[in-house]
Amino acid sequence: MTTPAIQLPAPAPLLTRSGWSAFIVALIVVCAVAPVLNLWVPAGSALHLSDYAVALLGKIMCYAICALAMDLIWGYTGILSLGHGLFFALGGYVMGMYLMRQIGRDGNYQSDLPDFMVFLDWKELPWHWALSDSFVATLVLIVAVPGLIAFVFGYFAFRSRIKGVYFSIITQAMTYAAMLLFFRNETGFGGNNGFTDFKRILGMPIATPTMRMTLFVLTGVTLLGFFLLARWLTLAKFGRVLQAVRDAESRVMFSGYAPLPYKLTIWTLSAMMCGVAGALYVPQVGIINPGEMSAANSIEIAVWAAVGGRATLVGPIAGAFIVNGAKSWLTVTAPEFWLYFLGALFIAVTLFLPDGVVGLVKKLKSRKSEGAAP
Amino acid sequence: MFPSLFPRLIACLLLLCAAVQAHALTAESARAMAAGDTDDRIAALQAAIATPDEATIAFIRAMGEDAVKIAGEKAIVIKDDKGLDPVTGAEVPVPDDAEDIVNNNRMRGEFDTALASLQLMSTEIAERRKAIDALREETDEARLPLIEKALAAEQDAALKTHLESIRARILIGSSDPAKRLSAAQHLAASGNPATRTVLLEQLRSEEDPKVKAALQAALKTVEERLQWGERLAAVFSGISLGSILLLVALGLAITYGLMGVINMAHGELMMIGAYATYVMQGIVQKYFPGAFDWYLVAAVPAAFMASALMGAVLERGVIRFLYGRPLETLLATWGISLMLQQLVRSIFGAQNVGVENPSWMSGGVQLMENLQLPWNRLIIVGFALAVLGAVAFLISRTRLGLFVRGVTQNRPIASCMGVNTARVDTYAFALGSGIAGLAGCALSQVGNVGPDLGQGYIVDSFMVVVLGGVGQLAGTVYAALGLGILNKFLEGWTGAVLAKIAVLVFIIVFIQKRPQGIFAVKGRSAD
Repeated sequence: MTTPAIQLPAPAPLLTRSGWSAFIVALIVVCAVAPVLNLWVPAGSALHLSDYAVALLGKIMCYAICALAMDLIWGYTGILSLGHGLFFALGGYVMGMYLMRQIGRDGNYQSDLPDFMVFLDWKELPWHWALSDSFVATLVLIVAVPGLIAFVFGYFAFRSRIKGVYFSIITQAMTYAAMLLFFRNETGFGGNNGFTDFKRILGMPIATPTMRMTLFVLTGVTLLGFFLLARWLTLAKFGRVLQAVRDAESRVMFSGYAPLPYKLTIWTLSAMMCGVAGALYVPQVGIINPGEMSAANSIEIAVWAAVGGRATLVGPIAGAFIVNGAKSWLTVTAPEFWLYFLGALFIAVTLFLPDGVVGLVKKLKSRKSEGAAP
Repeated sequence: MFPSLFPRLIACLLLLCAAVQAHALTAESARAMAAGDTDDRIAALQAAIATPDEATIAFIRAMGEDAVKIAGEKAIVIKDDKGLDPVTGAEVPVPDDAEDIVNNNRMRGEFDTALASLQLMSTEIAERRKAIDALREETDEARLPLIEKALAAEQDAALKTHLESIRARILIGSSDPAKRLSAAQHLAASGNPATRTVLLEQLRSEEDPKVKAALQAALKTVEERLQWGERLAAVFSGISLGSILLLVALGLAITYGLMGVINMAHGELMMIGAYATYVMQGIVQKYFPGAFDWYLVAAVPAAFMASALMGAVLERGVIRFLYGRPLETLLATWGISLMLQQLVRSIFGAQNVGVENPSWMSGGVQLMENLQLPWNRLIIVGFALAVLGAVAFLISRTRLGLFVRGVTQNRPIASCMGVNTARVDTYAFALGSGIAGLAGCALSQVGNVGPDLGQGYIVDSFMVVVLGGVGQLAGTVYAALGLGILNKFLEGWTGAVLAKIAVLVFIIVFIQKRPQGIFAVKGRSAD
């Protein structure tokens, strides 16, 4: 298809030299520095990383995975999903089911069934719990369940060319419907209370510092891995088509590309990433309930991506850290101001920072270099 | 207990005594009612109330209040520490060895029913209605003579029907198959849900084949009639929900449908309208307590103005910078909605506030025994239609409407014609927001008013607009009513939550087939 007049730029390296060094530093911090500071530096020391901080950072890294997934579908493909909270929660629920089975007979009722089922007077596990005692099956389902739902939904939505705001609203409706469903007791997901009181994972106690650190490292490595994957995808031809779809979908079609497989692939992949994030989130936080599927959560994911900067991969990760850091600080010091702050953030980012924090930094940098050049 | 009722009862009973050969309370019957074996006492009581006189009633009431003593063979009523003869009313000395009468719970129940039965003879229709209501579930055959007597005396047609069905219900438990048969035939005419239960119970134990057939036939008729009531009730609550959705969606039809602004804060504008109603209620209550019933007259424009003003501020301050960027608008307005919610929480507190119905909105129209249309719902349906008419008029007949349509169809050309497009945008957005305020005012009359009032409706209302098609008032109307009725019908069938899910799934599937809604815009303006 290329004509001599069009010069495609040479494929960019996966990461620049400084990019690689930053990546490796991040990897070392997550895998070595944080565990040492948390587990071996004594609690009184100034360098000690508290358990609270580990839990918080672990949680935010899960959110960052969601923001990255959101960036792939929104920043690069231009499809704003308000359903990513659902995929996150689905991954979390799959993990939660496994953790509930791991409780075994240690629950309040000393039964093989999870407590809430005993409470509902159920005699056996419902069909969708069949695979929940196998860890391998759980790992598969964590990506398969959100992936399958996203695939089916996306296939029908993209095939009939639902796009823009329509798509956003329909994904929101889907999430809302799922939330109502999970709130029901008879669907077998613990109703209002969801799953909690986890005791073990893979037979090991879940509430120990070592296990918390292991999950933290696992989350960090997953995040960095997903970052590389996203980087690779967006640099490849696949990513270029996605960006073309975002900028002018009809032209992409006129050029002979069918957008459907591209959109569907990135949509499904994005949902799977959210599922993984949810599955890592639940054992660290210790609870999953239908509240995770509320519309507010899904929209917040979009804001993390927007604050950091859309269509930059570092941006959404930074955005997740900035917004959630502010949240955990503000909800403690001035809880009544948190919603004002979040609301103002939504408005400010859309009005004044269309390229997010990363865009702002870039702009400042280029202004500086311009100032230095002449 | 019933000070004002008492003289009337006496008057009524005097008449009755003249008509029926009443034998007045005697010392023996009083003694028999007051002491002895419970079964004997009940028998005596029922014999006495079959032909009551004033002394009997006073005596029964006294017994119910434990104000009767037994001295030897004589019953004495104790009133203000003095002994009264139950028959003559004359003062008698109370012997020291007089014993209190002992009433077990069964006996007390008998006293209460006896008094209720006697109320059936009241000249006051309200009293009789109360008494009939109390007897509704009665199946004791011993009440039969009394009810038949009341039936003979009853003039009011509605009460007469009730009495007849009570009689039939008692008769249906009778040991005489002929009586049961006629009772079954009679009950077929009833539309009372309780009748179904009675018929079903009797059917279970019935042995006589003829009666059984009659019972089955009666059950079928009753069930058919009840079903009609239920169906109509579902249609009505569907229309009622639809009218609320319509009010909510009408504002969106302007801001989203015509202007293309995704306003996630629409629900919060409704909330502002509801709170404006609440504030207006407070003002009227404080300064014009006499006019409290009419506070809504002031609240409707207040709600409209409050929300319209907020809408104008939002449009000027935020939304106008985001025209043509729908996804960004979505996020920014979501942020606005969060701030408005928190604002209301800071001012009014996180709890729901109480908005009362004016007295003329309580109660309802009783169409069938199991179908009542509440006034507040009826009024909201009417209100929704009125708002719809006003909006339709405004959009299609006025200069502002013309400008709005012109600007949405082709902004540059409208601008060339001298239309101040920026101002038209503000007006149109304020109008849509004001209608949201009206919806909030209406909602305050049927639901809770709290900071998250808007959240529950936002998904539904967007569904209405999406389903109805963008830029279409007619589509909005059909979609709102259709969704409302569909929702309520499914609710009766599958329960509220599953109904909601089913409706959402239906919309998602429907959008697959017709991405532009029910009424697609045809031609070049479609994309």
